[in-house]
Amino acid sequence: MRFYEYESKQLLARHGIVLPQGSKVAHTPAEARAIAQEIAGPTVLKSQVLSGGRMKAGGVLFADTAEEAEAACAKILELEINGHKPRGVLVEGRQPIAQEYYLGVTWDGIAKQPIMIFSDMGGIDIEEVAETHPEHIGRKHFSTLIPFSDHKAKELVASVGITGSDLNRITRFVAPLARIFAKYGLTLAEINPLVRLENGLFVAVDAHVDMEAEAAGEHKELLAELGIGEDETRQARPPTPFEIEGKRINEVDHRGVAGNVTEFKGSLGLIIGAGGGSLTLFDAVKKHGGDPANYCEIGGNPSVSKVCNLTKLILSKPGVEKVAVMMNVVSNTRVDLVARGVIKGVIESGMDPAEKIAIFRIPGSWEGDGFTILKKYGVEFCDRSVSMYEAAGRAVAKMRSV
Amino acid sequence: MALFIEVQVAPELANDEANAKQLEEVCPVDVFSSKSGGALEIVDANVDECTLCELCLAVGKPGQVKIVKLYEDGGGALERTA
Repeated sequence: MRFYEYESKQLLARHGIVLPQGSKVAHTPAEARAIAQEIAGPTVLKSQVLSGGRMKAGGVLFADTAEEAEAACAKILELEINGHKPRGVLVEGRQPIAQEYYLGVTWDGIAKQPIMIFSDMGGIDIEEVAETHPEHIGRKHFSTLIPFSDHKAKELVASVGITGSDLNRITRFVAPLARIFAKYGLTLAEINPLVRLENGLFVAVDAHVDMEAEAAGEHKELLAELGIGEDETRQARPPTPFEIEGKRINEVDHRGVAGNVTEFKGSLGLIIGAGGGSLTLFDAVKKHGGDPANYCEIGGNPSVSKVCNLTKLILSKPGVEKVAVMMNVVSNTRVDLVARGVIKGVIESGMDPAEKIAIFRIPGSWEGDGFTILKKYGVEFCDRSVSMYEAAGRAVAKMRSV
Repeated sequence: MALFIEVQVAPELANDEANAKQLEEVCPVDVFSSKSGGALEIVDANVDECTLCELCLAVGKPGQVKIVKLYEDGGGALERTA
């Protein structure tokens, strides 16, 4: 779940991170003018969109007077950036910058720990800095199981050669950011650039926060305070009608999960899942050169009607030629019930299950009944002696023969 | 229309209000609905949701409720025999 810049900054400010002067959102040019008058100095106005490339698209403008701020705001509000209309315009004071830094906290999937990254070369892509100036990047892992100490933050900043009062001042940004990351289940907390002004003070000029989608339920209060509605998915793009319908199918029936539907442009519908199995299977399909039409997880023993409706949805998408139903070995989802649901969905779509189901690979509870059902309808299936990777390969091979 | 499961209830059981009510109560997926006045209704939309839990087989006398697996050759009926 991505936060707008102004929301990210509100979260950081609650934990003592210093922002530029003003830092308020205007929804009209008149509001921008009022904020600029309060600041009483040069301002920067930034489009609030969930997209990068704002500067290049003209979504970031500078103003020296309140009148200029009003005009700039009007321009930005009209501007669509990468298909996104702005939610508002962030108006902040602008002061002379002496140096830019990068500060980020994210998750290291290999170390299975959060990692703090700091660089004294901010304002540009950190990936570029890592390639061209690796000596200017410091990294430090930390545990979410023990309280975060300022000492860790200091070690990180000092690792790129910063000492003295700058070290102490920057630590006051690093330590809270690491704590916010752990407290709110974030996947990314970034300040880029963190700047040292000519007067020696530090401020977070831009900020970016992503929250783990599953953490949203735990932090409803915070999200409500930031004005983030429960219906906002905040993915990289707005949900498509196909995805919204998938969500609806999941929500109207509490039994099991048949959701997390993401739409792609391919021709092979995927009903996949089981303890990390969905990602593994999706990757396997791609590895075999397959072209997924969607990503859809099932699990937790969904009802026959839920699986049926989901299958109908997937088959209703133009360009979908077949569906592959694949899971890891399951104990908490009944094979026969999923088989019934998928076959019913295909038949109710006016299609032949033997033709439309590329492969059915769900080994587990009630597989005897499940396999009997599949056999009766002429559907190709396999048991656990066929690996997930191989099953995905069979599905892709079948698509090639279409 | 149900494709996988068929539920058969003997008329004398279906017309008994108490038994009809009991069938409605025991079924975890709402295959049965009892109407006031005693008649039992089989909810066609839910029949394929049957989890073969066999709770309904315990209602009434042996053989009065049968669950038929339509996908098995020869029917594969589940019923209480004693």
